[in-house]
Amino acid sequence: MKTIYIMWLRELKRYWRSKSRMVGSLGQPILFLLALGYGLGSTFQKAGEGNYMNFLAPGIIGMSIIFTSIFSGIQVIWDRQFGFLKETMVAPVSRFNIMIGRTLGGATIAAIQGMVVFILALIFTSFRPYNWFLVLPAVLVMLLVGTMFTALGTAIASQLEDMQGFQLIINFLVMPLFFLSGALFPLSGLPSVLIIITKFDPLSYGIDAFRILLSHSGVYSLTLDISVLAIITLVFLSVGSYLFSRVQI
Amino acid sequence: MSNIIEVKNLKKQFGDFVAVDDISFEVKTGEIFAFLGPNGAGKSTTIKMLTTLLHPTSGNIELNGSNPVNNPNAVRHSFGIVFQDPSLDDELTAWENLEFHGVLYNVEKKLRRKRIEELMNFVELWDRKDNLVKEFSGGMKRRLEIARGLLHHPKVLFLDEPTLGLDPQTRNHMWAYLQELNKSEGITVFFTTHYMEEAEKIAQRIAIIDHGKIIATGTSEELKAQTQTASLEEAFLKLTGNVIREEEASATDKLRAHRQWRGGGKR
Repeated sequence: MKTIYIMWLRELKRYWRSKSRMVGSLGQPILFLLALGYGLGSTFQKAGEGNYMNFLAPGIIGMSIIFTSIFSGIQVIWDRQFGFLKETMVAPVSRFNIMIGRTLGGATIAAIQGMVVFILALIFTSFRPYNWFLVLPAVLVMLLVGTMFTALGTAIASQLEDMQGFQLIINFLVMPLFFLSGALFPLSGLPSVLIIITKFDPLSYGIDAFRILLSHSGVYSLTLDISVLAIITLVFLSVGSYLFSRVQI
Repeated sequence: MSNIIEVKNLKKQFGDFVAVDDISFEVKTGEIFAFLGPNGAGKSTTIKMLTTLLHPTSGNIELNGSNPVNNPNAVRHSFGIVFQDPSLDDELTAWENLEFHGVLYNVEKKLRRKRIEELMNFVELWDRKDNLVKEFSGGMKRRLEIARGLLHHPKVLFLDEPTLGLDPQTRNHMWAYLQELNKSEGITVFFTTHYMEEAEKIAQRIAIIDHGKIIATGTSEELKAQTQTASLEEAFLKLTGNVIREEEASATDKLRAHRQWRGGGKR
């Protein structure tokens, strides 16, 4: 348990200490929020879909979570040769605990980023949560989604030996997951082939849960979203910890 | 004097390639032992097997009475290691790095705090304890890693190319610390190096490995006598040949290059 705590604490300290990275990583979500929110707002309204800002903000929160989490997980590649990770691999601690601590740390940071985007959306746009009491459950969902993707990032990073694969992962995995998650546009209008693909996108269930909790709109039910997220998180955690335990330097 | 490390018929094969080919050697308790060999000889692979990072294909290892394959945690408590590439956390302070190590090795809090202070004073870094490691020079990082490797009072300290890239003053200081520790605490020191003068000056016994096989073991005097040469370097060259080894950049080399390009960390 101490191991898990200390790995978690380490992730948080590292995050807190690089203020420039913190601020920098918020740039893209804010840009998307303002540019798309105000840019497409009136078109969306005219199409009968309602307030775009309320639709978009949960999507952008999801965006910052997936990118932050995957990035945290991917750090394993670097860490493994040059960082603390090697030290943990010769220490008398279980790899599983190392992985859990790291994953929870990454998830916490992703949730914090999600919260910051939420607050910035409140300040700079017309977005308002439907029910303030539902904000806390939303934060828990942020943690869940963060855990899911940090575990995925760790699983992938455990298989890569250098940073070359990183670009491929970002462009061919994370971007599609993001764009087909319903973060930016409703999924109902898509051609049926794409709709089927989106059903396999874990992020879409997260975004849907955020929308239900924060904007009182959404396509699936909260129960379905949470169940799917929980199952996929467990799967990713298992796969992630298995692959991580087999990492060799 | 008994043996703290015993290796018998150790073999490691990766597919068709035999990296370590049936080697056997012992390291006596309290000895300073050097493991020398050209690039690609099998040194790193052997060390990884001794330090629980790799499983042998066959053969037997005993470190402080425990087997790394069956009892990895007992073995891990018995050794400390300073890797070739720094494995410190750059974004944490020197003190925090040591504290984390202490927690991972289950050193109880009061004892841990006491030892951190002792060891940091020993390597002359206590006044920089609250500085982030990324601000440290290569030599300071090495000294910190030595302090860290010793925090849990291991019986053996492994050092992989410990003085690579360090200036002579720091190198000198480092060996002085290690020799003092060896004398006063009886810590066994196991190191690899390409700097033959160091091996000659510091090591009590040396094993030379090439192509996965141990080709000679003994004190530096014995090796010179065996090859009828005047220095350890000549003995080494005579035993391993003068030809430059064909190598490919490993994934590690590529990462190192990437790191330099990014300007990450001072060396």
